[in-house]
Amino acid sequence: MSQAATPTLKLTRKDFMSDQEVRWCPGCGDYAILAQMQKVLPELGIPRDQLVFVSGIGCASRFPYYMNTYGFHTIHGRAPAIATGLKISRPELHVWVVTGDGDGLSIGGNHLIHALRRNVDIKILLFNNRIYGLTKGQYSPTSELGKVTKSTPFGSLDYPINPIEIALGAEATFVARSVDVETKHLQETLKRAHEHKGSAFIEILQNCNVFNDRAWEPITDRATKADHQLVLEQGKPLVFGKNREKGIRLGKDMNPEIVTLGDGVDASQLLVHDESNPSMAYILSRLGPQFPTPIGVFRAVKRMTYDEGANAQIESAKKRLGPGDLEAILNRGDTWVVK
Amino acid sequence: MTTHIETPPRPQVPKRHEELDEVVIRFAGDSGDGMQLAGMQFSNETAVAGTDLATLPDFPAEIRAPAGTLFGVSGFQVNFSSHDIFTPGDNPDVLVMMNPAALKVNLRDLKPGGIIIADTAEFTENNLKKAGFATNPLEDGSLTKYQLFPVDITQMTLRAVEGLNLNTKVASRCKNFYALGLTSWLFTRPIDPTIRWIEGRFKKTPELVDANIRALKAGYHFGETAEMFAVQYEVKPARLAPGKYRNITGNSATALGFIAAAERAGVPLFLGSYPITPASDILHEVASYKNFNVYTFQAEDEIAAVGSALGAAYGGAIGICTTSGPGMLLKQEMINLAVMVELPLIIADIQRAGPSTGMPTKTEQADLLMAIYGRASESPVVVLAPATPGECFFMAFEAVRLAAKYMVPVIYMSDGYLANGAEPWKIPKVSELPQIDVQFRTSPEGFQPYLRDPETLARAWVKPGTPGLEHRIGGLAKEDVTGHVSYDPINNEKMVRLRAEKVARVAMDIPRTDVHGDPSGKLLVIGWGSTYGALVEATERVRAQGKSVSHVHLRYLNPLPPDLKEIIHRFETVLVAELNTGQLLKIIRAEYLVDAKGMNKIQGYPFKVGELMQKIQELLEE
Repeated sequence: MSQAATPTLKLTRKDFMSDQEVRWCPGCGDYAILAQMQKVLPELGIPRDQLVFVSGIGCASRFPYYMNTYGFHTIHGRAPAIATGLKISRPELHVWVVTGDGDGLSIGGNHLIHALRRNVDIKILLFNNRIYGLTKGQYSPTSELGKVTKSTPFGSLDYPINPIEIALGAEATFVARSVDVETKHLQETLKRAHEHKGSAFIEILQNCNVFNDRAWEPITDRATKADHQLVLEQGKPLVFGKNREKGIRLGKDMNPEIVTLGDGVDASQLLVHDESNPSMAYILSRLGPQFPTPIGVFRAVKRMTYDEGANAQIESAKKRLGPGDLEAILNRGDTWVVK
Repeated sequence: MTTHIETPPRPQVPKRHEELDEVVIRFAGDSGDGMQLAGMQFSNETAVAGTDLATLPDFPAEIRAPAGTLFGVSGFQVNFSSHDIFTPGDNPDVLVMMNPAALKVNLRDLKPGGIIIADTAEFTENNLKKAGFATNPLEDGSLTKYQLFPVDITQMTLRAVEGLNLNTKVASRCKNFYALGLTSWLFTRPIDPTIRWIEGRFKKTPELVDANIRALKAGYHFGETAEMFAVQYEVKPARLAPGKYRNITGNSATALGFIAAAERAGVPLFLGSYPITPASDILHEVASYKNFNVYTFQAEDEIAAVGSALGAAYGGAIGICTTSGPGMLLKQEMINLAVMVELPLIIADIQRAGPSTGMPTKTEQADLLMAIYGRASESPVVVLAPATPGECFFMAFEAVRLAAKYMVPVIYMSDGYLANGAEPWKIPKVSELPQIDVQFRTSPEGFQPYLRDPETLARAWVKPGTPGLEHRIGGLAKEDVTGHVSYDPINNEKMVRLRAEKVARVAMDIPRTDVHGDPSGKLLVIGWGSTYGALVEATERVRAQGKSVSHVHLRYLNPLPPDLKEIIHRFETVLVAELNTGQLLKIIRAEYLVDAKGMNKIQGYPFKVGELMQKIQELLEE
């Protein structure tokens, strides 16, 4: 059980697998995400005891039980709040939050927004399968309008939330999207999130093969994905298609448009991805259904983290006021002696 | 009227001095008149003068209610005495009234023959109408059974600050200090503590330091020189236990208690909170002590506030959350989780009058059943309640000690009356405070997350970041010892009973119950929390009439003290007095199979000694 913290850590995927049997449905996209996390962590050189996975409630939130690190499976929607308290008081720990579309965007929407805007240095993985799995198939806040489920036999009336836009609106400093089956891409995105100092938000498109199978099919199917995925790369033009023959440029009305390269259109006219440009992130987050779905890092900027700030305040208070003197504060103000 | 005195004449005859044993003064005015401040400062002066005291601030929920209205009246009552006192007093001897509305609201409480000091400048036709007076009570002879001192406080204040280039609005705001100065003279209170306070408070605006001190002194000197004040009263110092004292409010004592406990535990304190009346001042005070390794976090809501505290507790800090009833009920799911994962967590519920938004600035004790029982399934926690403002320090400290020792959530129940009320507090010596022994497990040898201490049944507190002890906790049912997720029926019952037994064992760790009065007899009055003072005084007075009544005050509500059963059965009748419709009463009846009676009040105000005495006498006559 013990893992000595040696200077050169040589951990493997197996070291991060807990002794608990994984209880997701066979074929669930969560397996792939768990596997990528367990593959990536050994490369980061962090001892297992420095890692904490905090989750809420839902299928995704069982994640911590399967990680041989510290883990806390908490309450529906509240994981960001608990992780915030932990990270502020233990800034040296690496804290990951695992949530889902229901957990993070419905019951826990408020906590998600505030964790992101505060820029607490926690990494939030939102598994988006557009359905409630653990309660057996009701529509979720990311389900498409008109979704027929057990709780909406005549179709849902809720307009869906766009998780990336929520994160951008909350001024998250790192916003990304990846896909359960895009193993390499997911690994790279997880690494980027780890390297980012501050709140990192990753929406992971994930398939629920029991209650909402093929929800992301055009993006994940080998035959169609080249036309439906727009892989974002810093400093590179927005190009997609089987032969990378299509691109996105800004039209005259400031709206993005798809163009085919050649025929007088070359890459120099295309939008070039810039993770530090808020307008770019905004445009990408709002590409309509006729566009491919962007995956990768939408936004990565630097800002002071909440936990840094909180600890710096304590240090500066100690410098300014001296270390806490209990006797002094108990005796503060006017006092008198009774003999 | 003798209010306009151009140059105050020197006193022709020396003032007569009269000694009083006990005085109750009530300051009242518009919510923007600074009456809370005047009351607090008067309390501070009288504390420094060595008298015993108790206070009752009473203010509306509106920050600046429309001027001159009855609902905008803000009052502050202080009782001070040369003997031990326990309550702010049932009825005031003195009213310091800044406008007609204040007089209208408070006159009915004034004792016959009592003193009224009123600011004549505010008794305008318009203000009289707003307060519902047909004629000016200062002039129509309706107050003849009182000693009336009409003083143009506003005008005299403006004159006192003349030459400081303040506009009239700012200048007239100093009138609370004028009124305070006058009252301080009338009762021979030292004004130096107030001068020091003004100098500190307005450090950055020297003109306000000057103006407020001038107003204060002008009021004081007016009392000294004006002929209408023929008598100066004095209340001698009380014979309090020897020691060093300060004046303290319940919220301040709570804040200091938490900080002291974290210091004695050698563990950082994390206070997660969401602003709510009347608890916010604890957050404010703790936030000013960051140099004590104190984290304060103003969360996005009540849920996140307690969530952050639990997250910090998981990380090895003393996790505390402060709130009031409407916030408390939002925290119950997190407390439920803390029960399940067996982490220490302290929740301070500074109760207020409800339900729902209710009367935010008024007091009540109606969250007791919610604290003990108000969570999903079997969810036992420790519940404590301080009895006086000063005791808040020790019970806050105790809450941390028990939470850390038993790895259990502790709910600490203060209320609006304790929170804002003040009393002289004998300052404890740090070296005399108990050490809180926090042990974080570091050894992987034989570690299991739910292995228990055989005596306390506490599981080990393990900080993430400890090599070799990686493990998972959560809200799902856990297997005994290993903590693995388990849906085994027998295991579930075992774990439910283990968690209950752990809380029950706290009973062995609490002091013996004191019985005030005879150890057995006709009537036992049981109270808890802030009703202490009124109950002590009421039972003492009835006892002084030669009747058999004793009093037990509970600080531990869950678990109840183990000796309570035996005490209860030594009395013929039991009366449970509380500011709700009978919550502790239900528990006492259920736990001890006794036909206890209730004395209940749900008006947002503390018990009056008189009404308690009446109830006690009634029961004794039955």
